[in-house]
Amino acid sequence: MEATLPQAMIETATPLADWVVVLPIVLALIGAAGLLMVRRSTRMPLVGAVLVVLGIIACEIVLLLAVLENGPVSMTMGRWLPPFGISLTADIFGASFALAASVVTLFILLYAEIDRAGADGRDAFHAIVLLLLAGVTGAFLTGDLFNLYVWFEVTLIASFGLIVQGGRPAQLDGAVKYGFLNFLATTLFLLSLGLLYGLLGTLNMADIMRVAPLANPAAMAGVAALLLLAFGMKAAAFPLNAWLPAAYHTPPAAISALFAGLLTKVGAYALLRALVALLPASRDLLEPVLALLAITTLLLAPLGAIAETNLRRAIGFIVIGGIGAVMVGLAVPTADGIAGSGLYILHAILTMSALYMVAGLVEKRTGSTDTRQMGGLYAASAPLSVLFILLVLASAGVPPFLGFWPKLLLLEAGLAEGVTGPAAGWIGSALTLALLVNAVLTLIAGTRLWAHIFWREGPEGEGSEHVRQPLAPLDRRGRLGFGAVAALTAGIVMAGLWPAPLLDGARTGAQDVADPARYVAATGLAEDTP
Amino acid sequence: MNTVIFRTLAPMIVAIMLVFSVYVCLRGHNEPGGGFIGGLIAAAAIGVFGMASGVATVRKALRVDPMAIAGFGVVMAGASGLMSLFIDAPFMTSIWLYLDIGESVVPLSTPLFFDLGVYCVVFGTLSAIALSLESDREEDI
Repeated sequence: MEATLPQAMIETATPLADWVVVLPIVLALIGAAGLLMVRRSTRMPLVGAVLVVLGIIACEIVLLLAVLENGPVSMTMGRWLPPFGISLTADIFGASFALAASVVTLFILLYAEIDRAGADGRDAFHAIVLLLLAGVTGAFLTGDLFNLYVWFEVTLIASFGLIVQGGRPAQLDGAVKYGFLNFLATTLFLLSLGLLYGLLGTLNMADIMRVAPLANPAAMAGVAALLLLAFGMKAAAFPLNAWLPAAYHTPPAAISALFAGLLTKVGAYALLRALVALLPASRDLLEPVLALLAITTLLLAPLGAIAETNLRRAIGFIVIGGIGAVMVGLAVPTADGIAGSGLYILHAILTMSALYMVAGLVEKRTGSTDTRQMGGLYAASAPLSVLFILLVLASAGVPPFLGFWPKLLLLEAGLAEGVTGPAAGWIGSALTLALLVNAVLTLIAGTRLWAHIFWREGPEGEGSEHVRQPLAPLDRRGRLGFGAVAALTAGIVMAGLWPAPLLDGARTGAQDVADPARYVAATGLAEDTP
Repeated sequence: MNTVIFRTLAPMIVAIMLVFSVYVCLRGHNEPGGGFIGGLIAAAAIGVFGMASGVATVRKALRVDPMAIAGFGVVMAGASGLMSLFIDAPFMTSIWLYLDIGESVVPLSTPLFFDLGVYCVVFGTLSAIALSLESDREEDI
C-alpha cells in the first residue's frame, strides 16, 4: 500500500535563492506590523517604511533577474508538495509588476509628506501603506488562486483603511461606494473559486493549467465568466467602472496615486492570469465579450475624462481607459497581444501614479480641485507643467513615451488578427480602431486639462486685465513631493526612450503565459496532463 | 452596568477568563482551541474589565497600546515562519524541539509561536475595538 502512495513532502533542501519569492511579502507584512508598534513616534514610521520598501525592492530586483535568467521561480510553503502546499510562483510579469509596485510605493511614501504636516501617526498611515503593498505583492507573486483571494482581501482591508484617512464626509461617501462594489467583486471571486474547486479539485495555478482541459467545458466557461465579472469589477472595466471615479478623488492625492498605480492593475493582472494562462479554452468562448468590453472601455473612458471638470476624477477616467488597453490583449491573446497587455500594466502602474501625484501638486498650488477654478499655473511653475504634459503624452501613448510601446504591440496584435492575418475577423480590426481612437481621445482629454490648468491666463471667466491672486509657493515638504514626482517621471521618460529590454522581457513573459510548460515545471509538478 | 455587584465580581471574572484564554490557546494544537479563540476570550475579558472599571483604568493596567500588541503578534507569526530559513526548508516549515523536563516531554515548535502571534493579533485588535467602543472620548483610540 505504501509503495503506491505518491510523494507528498519535499525531501530536498530548498536553495536560499528561492526565498526572494516569499521575502517581499513577508518583509512588507512584518514591516507593517512593526510600524504599527511605533506609530506614535514622529520620525520612525517614515524612515522605517522607506527602509522596508528599499529591502523589498532589493529582493524583487534579485527575483526579477533570476526569473529573466532561468524562468519562473516557485516556492511551496511548509515543505508540502504542490498542489497540497500553497505555492508562490513568480514569472516575468508577476516579478516585474511587483517591482514596479514597490518602486511606486517608495516614491509615494516620500510624496505623502506634503499632506502630513501635523499628523501625529495615530492614523498609522505608513503601516497601512505597507499592508497594501503586502497584499498587492502577494497577488502578483502567488501561484495559488485561493491565496490570490486572500491577498485581494488584504489589499481591500488596507485600501479601506487608507481611503477614510482624514475622515471627511466625501471620503466616507467614496469609501462606501468603493467598499461595497469591491466586496461584491471578492465575493463573486470566492463563489467562482468554490465552483472551480468542485470541478477540478485543485486551486494551484500550475495544477489548474494541467487539469483544466479535462473538465466539462460548459461548466468551465461559466466559472470563467464569473471570474471575468469579479476581476472586471476590480479592474474597473466598463460597465463596472462607476466606483473608480466616484472614490479615487476623495482621499489625499498620495493615496489616490497609490490606488491608481496598484489596485486596478491587480484586477487586470488577475484577468490576464485567469483567462489567458489558466483557462484559455474558456477564454476562447468569451472572446466576443472580451472584445466588446475592451472596445467600450477604450472609447467611453476618455470621453468621461473630457466631460469631467474635477481634475482627479478626470484622471480616474484616463486610468479606466488604460484598463481597456489591457483588455485588448485578452481579446487577442497572440504573443504580441499578451506582451502588450503585460507591458501596458507595467506602464500604467508607473504613469497613472505619477499623474495623480502631479495632480495633487496642482491642487496644492491652486488650492482647488476643479479645473474651472485653475489657470495660469505655467507662469508660476513651469517644471510642474512639463511633468504634467510628459505624463499626459505617456498615458495617451505618443511616441517615444512609455505608453507608446505596449500600444504598438497591441496594435500589431490587432492588425494581425483583423487585417493582415490568415483569418481576418471583425474583432481585430475593431480593436485596432478603438485603440487608435482611444489614443486621440486621451490626448484631447489630457491636453485640454493641461491647457486649462497651465496655459490660460487665469480661472474660467477671468480676463487677463484682472490682477490674479499669487499662488501659494511650495514649502519644504512640497519640494520633497515635487522631487519624488520628478524622479518618477524621469524614470518613465527613460524607460520610454530605451524600450528594448522592456519589449524583450514582455515577449519572454508572454511566452510563459501562453505556454505554461516552464511555469508548471517551476512548481515541481509533472508537465503532462494526468 | 456599573453596579456594586458587577464591579466587585468583574476582576475575578477577568482573571479567570485571562488564565482560561492562555489554556485554550496552548491546548489548541491537537484539541479544540488555538490562538484565535484564545485571543477572543482574552479580548472579551478586557471588554468586561473596561465596562466595570472604565477605559482609563484598563489602559493603565495593560501598560502597552493594544494595537502595538497586535503588531507584535504579526511580527512574531512572521518570524516563526522565517525560522525555516535556517534548516534549508521552504517558508513556514515547522520546526520541533522536544524538551525533556523531569517526567514529561514539552514539545516546543514554530507553530506554537505562530499561534501565540495569532493570539496577540486577535487580543490586541479586538481589545482596541472594545476599548474605543466603551470610551466616551475620541482621543482614546
